[in-house]
Order: sequence, then structure tokens, then C-alpha cells
Amino acid sequence: MMADPSLRAGDTSPNGDRPNAAEPSTPIIELDHVSRVFEQRRRRVKAVDDVSLAIQEGEVVCLVGESGCGKTTTGKMIAGLIHPSAGEIRYAGRDIWAMGKAEFQRYRLAVQLIHQDPYASLNPAHTVYGIMSAPLLQHGIAANHRQARERVRDLLSTVDLTPPDDFLDKYPHQLSGGQRQRVSVARALTVSPKVIVADEAVSMVDVSIRVSLLNMLTRLKRDLGVTFVFITHDLAVAKHFAWEGRIAVMYLGRIIEVGRTPQVINHPQHPYTRALLSAIPEADPRITRTKERLQLRSLDIPSLLNIPSGCSFHPRCPWFEEGLCEVSVPPLADVGADMRVACHVVARERAKEAA
Amino acid sequence: MSDLALLVEDLWVEYPARRGVVKAVRGVTFEVHRGETLALIGESGSGKTTLGLALVRLLPKAARIKRGRIMYYRNGTSQDILALNAEELRRFRWQECAMVFQGAQNALNPVLRIEAQFLDTARAHGLSDANAVRERAVELLKMVQLDPQRVLHSFPHELSGGMRQRVLIALGLLLQPQVIILDEPTTALDILTQRSIIEVLRRLRAQLDFSLIFISHDLSLAAELADRVATVYAGAIVEIGSVYDIFERPRHPYTLALTRSVPTVTGDMHPLASIPGSPPDLIAPPLGCAFHPRCPLATDQCKREEPPLERVGKEQMAACWHWREVNP
Repeated sequence: MMADPSLRAGDTSPNGDRPNAAEPSTPIIELDHVSRVFEQRRRRVKAVDDVSLAIQEGEVVCLVGESGCGKTTTGKMIAGLIHPSAGEIRYAGRDIWAMGKAEFQRYRLAVQLIHQDPYASLNPAHTVYGIMSAPLLQHGIAANHRQARERVRDLLSTVDLTPPDDFLDKYPHQLSGGQRQRVSVARALTVSPKVIVADEAVSMVDVSIRVSLLNMLTRLKRDLGVTFVFITHDLAVAKHFAWEGRIAVMYLGRIIEVGRTPQVINHPQHPYTRALLSAIPEADPRITRTKERLQLRSLDIPSLLNIPSGCSFHPRCPWFEEGLCEVSVPPLADVGADMRVACHVVARERAKEAA
Repeated sequence: MSDLALLVEDLWVEYPARRGVVKAVRGVTFEVHRGETLALIGESGSGKTTLGLALVRLLPKAARIKRGRIMYYRNGTSQDILALNAEELRRFRWQECAMVFQGAQNALNPVLRIEAQFLDTARAHGLSDANAVRERAVELLKMVQLDPQRVLHSFPHELSGGMRQRVLIALGLLLQPQVIILDEPTTALDILTQRSIIEVLRRLRAQLDFSLIFISHDLSLAAELADRVATVYAGAIVEIGSVYDIFERPRHPYTLALTRSVPTVTGDMHPLASIPGSPPDLIAPPLGCAFHPRCPLATDQCKREEPPLERVGKEQMAACWHWREVNP
């Protein structure tokens, strides 16, 4: 058992009045107007722009979007691997970048990132046992190798690498892509995290393996009560994994729609989400050949170096209205049914309906 | 649809590796008719790319076509592709049959403008009228939804991945081939870009008369574009049929498992079935049916004897001893 990272013991805080920091009402992860700018040869790339999102303990939230939408940068900021340029990221109510060393370390253990590419994220010179025992011994979770070995065996079984003894002494190159990804997951579990940020964790494996990986992650979520931030470009995978959770759709660094998964998938509001969902080819010839498609005005994806004014989707948006969409950035506004959407046109239509 | 464009018969391809001989293509037989789109679907390492390369004889040097026949038909004449000499082969490629490779990023010459790539390709095949080639290039680029004036004068790095993929498709069509092979045409592209490629292919197929073979691990692409689909497993075609047969009435347990393992976005949640075990080793494929270690229907017979591809429907073939028990 690791130290409780809920920080109730953090009495050194000047705010002595934080007794309910661990109550369910305090999100386990909270992004508060978070932005991140990368400087690139004197050019500024705004990868994440004013993102706010609260994630409750035990929740599953999928960050969905195309390449360059800022989902990976957001994930890395949640895991504390990169600093935001502006805004605050809170873990159990505490600004992670204002934490002291010990507290920050507890947070870093509590939030684990699983990378997209298990070929790159596992040290090729270490055996599975070596890879997994290092964090156990380093953080004093296991007192010695004998204990570590027991724990590694348990964790390998948890991720369905059975019998575990067959895998302990293998090197990453001796494993298949799916098996490596399971080792990555098992390694993240060594420190009993509260939150797992999985960045395209099933994208690099074959279809036949993907389902069993997804099913395994679903089981972990249920059995261990881990909070999941699941990052993917694949809406079908997001739907499958986060059916009981939420989906946040990102476009050019901003969240443009967020809501309960069945709502977002079946009743998307933002024209970008609609376009994405209608564009996806489906593995069913009758469905995919009769799906209604939302036509975009332009196929060109704007550069992050030159993000369009106002609503950044306006040059491609079929609902574009001159004098409105290119003028101001639409706020992420409540549109009912637990959904928030950043679109001037949707906001106006909902307001009309309400009137 | 009755006239043949391509016929492959009992094709075997092997190449040596450190651990032994990789049997990448094992006794593949299929045909492609004029104007038809055939999808070869399979997971990584199933041998589908090797099969595609063999069709245009672009296999790596070490690979060996052990056995088989590839016949190509046009205007009532036929050509035996495996018997062509170097000069005939050069003419066959691109003029008769073009292949667009996986990873559009890397297939274009990075230091040449797109226009020069069109001209070079044409020149290499004996077309020296630069103006005619330019005209044809403009026409093709329009067909793939690109702005010819902008694209022709660009370098590859100035174009997005989706634009490069469309340039390659246009380039492949330059010499009016009868058969075009696309290897993973939409992999690694964003959803909206993927959609534009699919629409471009659909439009081209309606406008021009060519047969399309595409190789993909993406079942939804096959569902969207193919007339017929072939499932490839361990270097062999284990099932082939119309797109509706394959998705709605699969007769091979592997096809069934594959189609049940892909989540759809439309509609309600339904549980996904996973396929147990791991993909086969092509150096030492399992004895008997290569799928037997992962198959819920496997019996002793499956462990001993490899099932032949047999007719299981009007235009559907499957290689399974127990196809009658496969119930979608």
C-alpha cells in the first residue's frame, strides 16, 4: 500500500481550511484555464488553449481529436510531465506546481502515464522483471527482491500475462506488441495509481489484440476503481471504453464539446463533432454506405502557427456565419443534457428553444 | 463484370530470415474482374503486403516466388507476369498496373516539385510531350480534389499527408493502368482526411475504368469501398466473397471474429469479442489449419489437415472444415 495521496495530512498548507479536500465533490484532477505554448524557432505554437475540465475520482474521460488537437499535450500536463504556460492544474484540489517536493512526488506516483508506443517506452536492455521491480524497490513498495517478485507476478496476472513466470525473464523484443503494452500497463500499476492517463494505448496493436487490451483496461477500471484519462483519435474506441463516462472533443488546442459519452456519440452538437462522426467509416457495409455525411467547406487543416480567428473551426464549418464566427471565440457553454459546446450557432439555437 | 483483369493461381512466396524461411504467401488463388474493387484484409504479418508486391514483381531481392501464376488480361490479350523480361516488366508496371505504397510521406522524391515527378514518371515510360503530360496531370489532380496550380509547383514537404496521398493516387493513374494496387491507403491519416481519400477513390472509380485492389488492416475501409473482400491469415486467403457475404454471412471463424472485434460508432453498445492467442508465426505456421490454435471450433482434424478453399455460397469461398457451424 502506498502513502495516501489525498493530501489530508498536508497541514503545512497555509489554507488550514481544506478538510474536505478528499471529498468526492473535489475533482481528483482539475484543469483550470490551462494553456500551453511551445516556442519553436521564434514561432509560437499554441498547443493547448484555455482548457478547463474537472475529472471526478473513478471517472473515465476520453480526450478525442485529430492529430495536433492538443490531446497528448493535455495528457502530459495532467501527468505533470510538462508545465502549463498559463492556468492551474490541480490534483485533489491542490495546484501541482505549487506542491512541495514530497507532495509532488506523491502526486507523480498517483498519476501514471501509459505511452502510445510500447516499443519506445520499455527499456530494451531490461527484463520484464527488471522493468517492473525498479519502481517497486525505488519507492519502497517492496522491501526486497523476493517481495518484488511476488508483486510483479500478481501484476502480470492482473494484465493477463499468464502464467507470469513465462514473462518475468523476457526482454521487450521477445514480446509481441500487445504483450508489451500489457507490460506498460502493469508497470504503471506497480505504484497503485489513482489516475491513469492512457495516450493512444491501443492504437498500435492489431484489431484482434486491441479488443482484449480494451477489455483488460475496462476490467482494471472496474476492479481497481482507477480514474482514467483515455486519449484517442478513434471515436469508436472512445465510445467503447468510456460509455459510462464522458468524452471531450478537442480541436486546435481547445475543447469544443464535452458531455456524457452516449450523448456525444448519438446526439453530437458541435458541427466538428458531427463532421467527425459522420466521416468515420464503419465496419458494416450497410451502415457505412448509407450514413449521412456532413460536408465541410474546406479540407485544409489550419496550421497551429496560424490558428484562424474567432472559432478556429470557422474556415471549415458548414454552419459558418460571417460577422459572428470569425469575430469572437465561442465559450464552452452549457446546452443542457449535461453537455457543453463551444459554438455560436448551437448556443443561439438552444437559447431560442429555451425562450 | 465477367471479364477478367487479373488472375492469381496457387502463388507461393518465401524469403529467408535468420530463424528460417518465412512462408509469407502460401498458395493464394484469386481473380479480379474489370472495374471491380477487391479488398485484401488481414492483420500485420499476415503476408498481405508481400502478396501486393508480388503482383507487380517488386518483391525484395531475397524473396522468392516458389510457385504459381499471375495472369494479366487486357483487350483480349493475356500476359504471364512471372515470365516477363526486364523491359516488358518495366512497361507492365505503371502502364498496366500501378501500386501506391504504404506511407505516402516517403514515396515521393523530396527534392522534386510535384510537376517534375509527373514529368519524370511519364518520361521513364516513353512519353516525351511535356505539355500533354502537364495537361493530364492537371486533369488528374482535379479528379483527386486538389488545386493543380498550387500543387504542381509545391515540394512534397509543403503538402499535408492527405494531399500527398492524393498526389500519389493521381500519379499512379497517369499512364491509365487497368489495375491499381493501394497498400494501406488511409492508414495514419486523420479521420476527415481519410474520408476525403475514400470519396476520391469512389469518384475515380465511377469516372475511370480500372480495377482496384487495396490492402488494409482496416475492416471499415473494406466495408466502405470494396465489391469483394478476401480475408488473409498466415499468408493464405481463408475466405473470399462479396462485401455483404463477408460482413453479414462470414463462413470462416477468423473472418467472423475479426468483424466482431471492431467497434462501430453508430448505434448502441454491444460487447466486442476478442480473439484469443496471438498471430501465427510464418516461419513455423501451425500444422493443419493455421488458425486452429485460436479457433473455438477446432477439432483434431483441424490440427492435422489444412482445409482447402471451397465454395460455401454462390460467390463465396472459405477454407474451414467446419464452415457450416460458423454462425454469425
